[in-house]
Order: sequence, then structure tokens, then C-alpha cells
Amino acid sequence: MTCLVDLMRPSVGFAAVELLERAGCDVEVPLSQTCCGQPAYNSGDRAHAEAIARQVIEAFAGFDYVVAPSGSCAATIKHHYPQMFADDPDLTAKAEDLAARTFELVSFLTDVCGVTAVSSDYRGSVTYHDSCSGLREMGVQNQPRQLLASLDGVDLVEMEESDVCCGFGGTFCVKYPQISNKMVSEKAKRIESTGAELLLAGDLGCLMNMAGKLKRNGSAVQARHVAEVLANRLDDPAIAQPPSSAGQGEG
Amino acid sequence: MESTAHAFKDNVTTALHDANLQQALGKVRQGFIVKRREAADRLPEFEALRDQARDIKNHTLAHLDFYLEAYEKKVTEQGGQVHWAATAEEARDKIVDICRAADAKVVTKGKSMIAEEIALNAHLEEAGLDVVETDLGEYIIQLRHEPPSHIIAPAVHVTKKQVEADFRQYHADLPPERHLDEPWELVNEARQVLRQRYFQADVGITGANFLVAETGSSIIVTNEGNGDLTQILPKVHIVITSIEKVVPNLDDAMAILRVLARSATGQEFSTYTTLSTGPKRAEDLDGPEAYHVILLDNGRSGMLGGDFADMLRCIRCGACINHCPVYHAVGGHAYGWVYPGPMGSVLTPNLIGVEEAGHLPNASTFCGRCESVCPMRIPLPKMMRHWREREFERHLSPKAVRWGLSLWAFFARRPRLYGWATGMAMSLMAAVGRKNGFFERLPLAGGWTDHRAFPTPQGRTFRAQWAARQRQGEEPS
Amino acid sequence: MSASREHVLNAVRASIRQSGKPTLSPEQLTERLERPRPGLVPQRGQLDLAGRLDLFESWAKALSATLVRLDDLAHVPRAVADYLRQENLPAQVRLAPTPEIEGLDWQSQSLVEIARGRAQIDDTTSVTPAFAGIAETGTLMMLSGPQTPTTLNFVPENHIVVLKASQVVGSYEEALAHLRQVHGQGRMPRTVNYITGPSRTADIEQTIQLGAHGPRRLHILLVKDSADA
Repeated sequence: MTCLVDLMRPSVGFAAVELLERAGCDVEVPLSQTCCGQPAYNSGDRAHAEAIARQVIEAFAGFDYVVAPSGSCAATIKHHYPQMFADDPDLTAKAEDLAARTFELVSFLTDVCGVTAVSSDYRGSVTYHDSCSGLREMGVQNQPRQLLASLDGVDLVEMEESDVCCGFGGTFCVKYPQISNKMVSEKAKRIESTGAELLLAGDLGCLMNMAGKLKRNGSAVQARHVAEVLANRLDDPAIAQPPSSAGQGEG
Repeated sequence: MESTAHAFKDNVTTALHDANLQQALGKVRQGFIVKRREAADRLPEFEALRDQARDIKNHTLAHLDFYLEAYEKKVTEQGGQVHWAATAEEARDKIVDICRAADAKVVTKGKSMIAEEIALNAHLEEAGLDVVETDLGEYIIQLRHEPPSHIIAPAVHVTKKQVEADFRQYHADLPPERHLDEPWELVNEARQVLRQRYFQADVGITGANFLVAETGSSIIVTNEGNGDLTQILPKVHIVITSIEKVVPNLDDAMAILRVLARSATGQEFSTYTTLSTGPKRAEDLDGPEAYHVILLDNGRSGMLGGDFADMLRCIRCGACINHCPVYHAVGGHAYGWVYPGPMGSVLTPNLIGVEEAGHLPNASTFCGRCESVCPMRIPLPKMMRHWREREFERHLSPKAVRWGLSLWAFFARRPRLYGWATGMAMSLMAAVGRKNGFFERLPLAGGWTDHRAFPTPQGRTFRAQWAARQRQGEEPS
Repeated sequence: MSASREHVLNAVRASIRQSGKPTLSPEQLTERLERPRPGLVPQRGQLDLAGRLDLFESWAKALSATLVRLDDLAHVPRAVADYLRQENLPAQVRLAPTPEIEGLDWQSQSLVEIARGRAQIDDTTSVTPAFAGIAETGTLMMLSGPQTPTTLNFVPENHIVVLKASQVVGSYEEALAHLRQVHGQGRMPRTVNYITGPSRTADIEQTIQLGAHGPRRLHILLVKDSADA
């Protein structure tokens, strides 16, 4: 479970559990996990990153698969843990073993579980943002689109430059707020010009950034994690929306 | 040039408020990216060619001493001279010496990033030489007294209107009523003005995209043909280049050239690829009488074999810059020194120090688009992270960041405490912010809430809810 | 400068040693250097003659050159005169001083003024031979020499190139093999130009303009010869 989902939007976690269970998986969430260590790792704080990584490696020992509703957390485990322990053969082996078992949620559903269709009551037009790590490190691109296409009520309208970073970048957005703002402003323009009612993505960090910008702009576009639509978990308000707005995505 | 990389944040503010710049950057965002994609798609072997290009450079760098000596030997055999320069200063001094010995007055120059790196123009001008940049983009920024803002499109930050104003100011002997509204009119005017200069020049200076050990050739790649006129008309041709540019054979150079133009501009091949070997032969009707190569190190030998060795594969195509959303936001000058964008964020701290350029490797979201298009498969985000690690080790990163990370790590390493503390915090935030669904302002989060709303957490954390669900499952009541 | 030479080379060697990566022996490296082997050559660079000619023509045209096919070298003067008329260019050409071009019957085109030798600043059109045409990107390969001054490729606004069909190869590597045959392994003419279309720039707001400093027009006369089936 990614820390952002844990803290900010548990409903994404339950959506993920539901999707996995529907696909026939036995889901466990070890509570000895907290965070994957990405903030420390990307800030150059190797000592803390490694300490947290050891804890994660321990926490997930013995499971067949480790699935995260986030491309960037999955990528940290899959691609960066093995590099972190390059000097320690024992830990490298453990990290590589974990890496081989680690997947991003939606691509796990399609590529490993063979899910080709889901069902959801959502009706309306959506647009999908390709979060950077999911796209470029985990190869998540067609999988969510394929599952969205299986939903009769969902009309996917592609935005221009859906593969361009939204400007979140973890600590980047607070270290360089002006650049981040410029990037998310461009992104918000692309989102709005699709005319879609709902923005979807696979990473909560990006979604909070984009939803926060859309909100500040007074936009009616709502934002949800793609798992919420795929799992038909639409009762909670969309990101940054008041309770009354739960449901079908009309603002 | 004087670095302003330490003032990156101020540079960013300036760039974001520069309307001309923002207008110009809009065009970078579109053209290059689509054209590169199309060129790559037209060549089924493109990805395999990237692998091959990477392997060729890795092989060369692992035996760089051998290939440099082999290259030097060949240049000498064909009547050219190689001058080694450990530092920028040595390189500049040598070039001034050669110009003086040739009794030069006018020096024409093809586009060279190494020349920018060693601030050659200022030095030549101080020595009393009349220096003329001949690449149209370089010519424009020379008139404007600006550094390049892009390694392959140096004047990409300048709008057509601005060029027109510059030409009217500096080409004062041309009729003021002339038309200069259209790009072709500006190009023609530059062509006419520079044509005279090529024929006046005593020395022509070019860079080199590759040096070939097999033959002692230097290779330049241009679209305008200015580099060729620069090197073929004056009596002396000086090549200013750096040690990592060498490749073993002509075949290796061509193999890498297959990915260079496609990655840079999306062209199948640049208009002119020119191999120059030594001075003109005795019976030749044209060509320079003397051929000098300045081989610059300037910190590169130290990068070899270390964390930043991969950067030495860079062929300066600019693809990482063209695809960088941070570059699209702020342009090249904000980076504060010669090399902008992702490649600059890795290279610049190597060349001028991380104390000066520490912001650059931090000003990235690690979106990875640069690495995904790099023809030489240079792991740019990984190397930016290396810089962040060094800054962290040397306590160069901001105190607030270090403090925040330590606090976070303290909780993250204590799952029960983490669960308890975050549970409290989220409940509190949810209680306060639930009505709106978001916060307009949050203490300590100004970087976020200055520009966007902060979503309210849903309330009970996933951990808390999951634990409760497990308990219910275990104790059926 | 020799002190700098040693300084740089020693620093390079120290770094390579420090990396701890295995290195090849000088003999192995010399072998690689002296026996160049082509690497991966794209499929499109490996066509038969007819395929090569078509691919060369289509790329050359796509990259803003013009091209006409001629049945015989003797038709070149006529084709040059036609081109000058058609493009409304001054009836003057400067010929590369090579017998194959100079020796043609230029008197048949009595209206065209003929000059020879290296280019002068006010030349408008040059006519030169090529060393090779490379099909994979529609690229011309030109070598400098006493009969082929390089200035002719760059100074005039219009460049007419005579390319024989038998000179059209598939790939860059094939062209290099020819170069090595003619000049010897490791030996080069002073200048080798690969030319792909006319001169261009995109330095004004990313819009492509032809004729930046080199030729504004590149016209290729692709001439049938013995090898042309």
C-alpha cells in the first residue's frame, strides 16, 4: 500500500484490493510496511532510503506478488532497490527477488491475471494521464486504456501530451514551486480542452497535484485514481471534492 | 561564460515572466518531439541502433588513451597538428597563439559548444580579433550578446520580431525600408552579410561531433553549410574539440550518425556531414593550408570510470532538452551556464562544481522522458540522483529538506508509531477540511498551496481500516 | 604542450584503471582499428540496384533535392541548360575540372557561359561529379581533390551533381568500403562531404528555410551507365 493512498485516499487501496480479489488473488496487506523510501532516495538521502528499503524487503518476503496502486512506488521497488544494494550481494539477491515479484496494479491485472474486462457503473467521459514512472519505468500505457475500453459507459477522450509530466515530482513540487506550477498549469489546459468530466491516472501524487490545480482554477473536471472507476468504487467524493459531490462525476 | 547557475531560482522567475521567451518555447515543445518520433518510427532498427551506438562509445571510453593516441598519430601523418589542453585556459591561449602566428584579423566560427564552454569568443575579441559566428542562430545571439539557450538551436529563445529588430540595428548600411517580416527574408539577409565574411576570414574555427582514430578525421554535422564555408575558405582551420569525441573507425562514426540527426531534429540525416583530414593536399585547388586540433580535457578525464562516466557518451543531439518539461517551462538561460536541460544538469556540476550548479540536478521531476529518448541511452535521472546524493552527503541540500526527510524516515522505520501518528494527523485534517474537500492554504505547505488546492484526506487511514477489517474477519461475532 | 599531453593521457589512464573494468590488449585494439567491420546496417540500406535507385531518388526528393534521370552522360549539358532555364537562373556554370564533366560537349549549349576551377564568390551554379550516392537517406558523397574542389559544393547558390547509377550504393558502410578501395585503408582526401538535400536552417522560430549558407538548390542528374540494368 503506498503511503499516499494509505494516508490520503484509502478508498484507492480498497479499490485495488477489490480488483485483485475479483481477479482471483488472495490479498494481504502487511502492516510492517510504511513507505517505499522514494522521497529519501530521490533526495539523495541514501542511508534512510536503504533503511526503509530493507524494511520493505522484509515485509514482503514470502509473497508471490507485490502489487502497488502506483507506478512510481512499484518502480522504486522494481528498478531502484536492486541498484541501491549493489555492494551487498545478499541484499542484492533479496532486492532482485522482490523486484521480480513487484508490479503496478493495472498492468498486473491485465498482464499477469489476464483480466481483459471489468464492470463499473460509471457513466461519462474520462481522460487519462500517463504518470511518468508507470509509463516509462513500468510500461503502463495500453493496459488501463484497454480496461477502460471494456466499460460501456466510459468514453475515453485522449488529451494532448498525455505522457508529459504533470510537474508533481515528489519533493520537486515544493522545492521548485514555480516550475511545478507552470507544468501543472499546462497539464490542466490539456485536461480541460478534452471536455472530459473526469481525469484518471494511476498515481495519487500526480492526481493530487492535477486535482489541486483544477480546483484552484475553478474547473469542474473531477479526478480519481483509475482503480476507483475500474473497481466501481465511486461513493467517496472525487479528489479535492466536498462530500456532496460523490457519485457520477457531475460537478 | 560567467555562471549564474547558483541563482537558478531567480533565473526561473525571470524566465517565467519573459513573454517573448514563453512564446518561443511553445514552438520547441511541438516540432522536435513529433519529428523525432516519426524518424524513429520510419527506421525499424532504430532501437537496436541506439544499443549499438551506446556500445561503441562504451568500448571507446574504456580504451580512450589508446584511441586518442591512435587519432593523434593519424592527424600528424596527414600534416595536421594536435594540441592537448588540460584546461579551458590552455585551449584558449593555444588558439590565440595560432591566430597570431597566422597574422589573423578576421576569424569565422562554426557552431561549437566547446567554444562556448571555454568562452572562446570573449578571449579572441580581447586579443583584438574580429570574430564572426556563422551559424545563423549563433550569429543572432552574437549580435544580442547572449549565450546560447539550446545546444543545437542556440537562438531558440528569440522570436522573429526580435531578430528583425536586431538586424535593423546591426545591418545599418542596408536600406531601412526593406522587408524583414518573413523568416526567409531574415535568412537571406544573414546569408548576404555573412558571405562577405567567409571570404575575408584568415582563420576558420569549427567544433567536431566526432574524431576518427582510424583516419585522423574530424567530423562536423550542420544543416546550413556554414561550418563548411568556415573551414574551406580561410588559410587556417582550427578544430576545437574534447577528448571524449573520438571513435575507432569511420564505420563507428556512421553508425552513431544514424541516431544523431534522427534524435536531434528528426531528420533522416543532417544536410551536411563533413570529414576533414589534415590541411589541403598539394594539388588541391582549395582548402586550408594548416589544420590544428585542440583536444580539450577540462574535467572529462576525471569523469571517466566514475559515477558520471556514462555522460561522456553524450553526442550533443539535444533530444533530452527537446523532451524536457522543465526546459519547456523555463528555457535554456535559466540553467545559468553553457549546457541546459537534463544533459546540462548532469554535466554542468562536473565542469563548474556542484556548489555552483547544485540546483540543476535537483530541478527535475525524474519524469524520465530524457532517458527514454537519449540515443546513447545515458541514464540521466540516475546521474542527477548521484549529484543529489553527493549534495546530501556534503550537507549542501537545504536544511528544511534534510529535517523533513529525517522526520519522515523516523516514522517510516517505526510502523506502529507511524500508523498511530499518521492516523491522528489524517483524522484531524479530515475533520477540518472535509466540508470543502480541499484546503486553500496549509501551514508549511506554501510551495503547494500558493499554486493549487490541497486535497483533504478521506479520514481513517487505510492501515486503520484494514486492521479493523482483519480483526472483524478473525473474530466472527 | 607535451606536458599537457602527458597530463591528460595520464589522467585518462588513471581513471580507466580505477574503473577496474577489463580492457582489451593493444593488439586486439589495433586489430579492431585496422580491420573495420560494419555493424548493424538497416534493411533499407541493403536493396538491389533498382531498389537502391528508387530509394535514393525518393529520399533525395523528400529531402528537398530535385532529381532527373538521364540515359547517357552525353545528355548532361542539355539537362543543365534545361534546368537553368526552368529555374530562371543565370546562364553560367562553373564546372568541376574533371575530364568526365569538362570533356562533355558544352558547346552544344552555346548560350551557357562556362567556367572551370574552384568556386568564386559570385558563382551562381556549379556542376560537379559525385563519388557515391547512398540510398538509405538519399545522400551524396563527395571527395575533395585536384579535380573536385570542395568550394564548388558550398559557394554557389545552385549545385548540380552528376551521379552515375553504378555509383549508388545501399548504405554508408558500402560507400566507406569504396572509399578505402580508392584511397587505401586509413587514408583520406582532405574533405569528404556527405550532402543530403540543399542547405537549410530552422533558426528563425523553428520554420525550415532553404538556402541558409550553402546551396539553395541541389539538382541531381542520375545517369544510366553500364551497371544500370
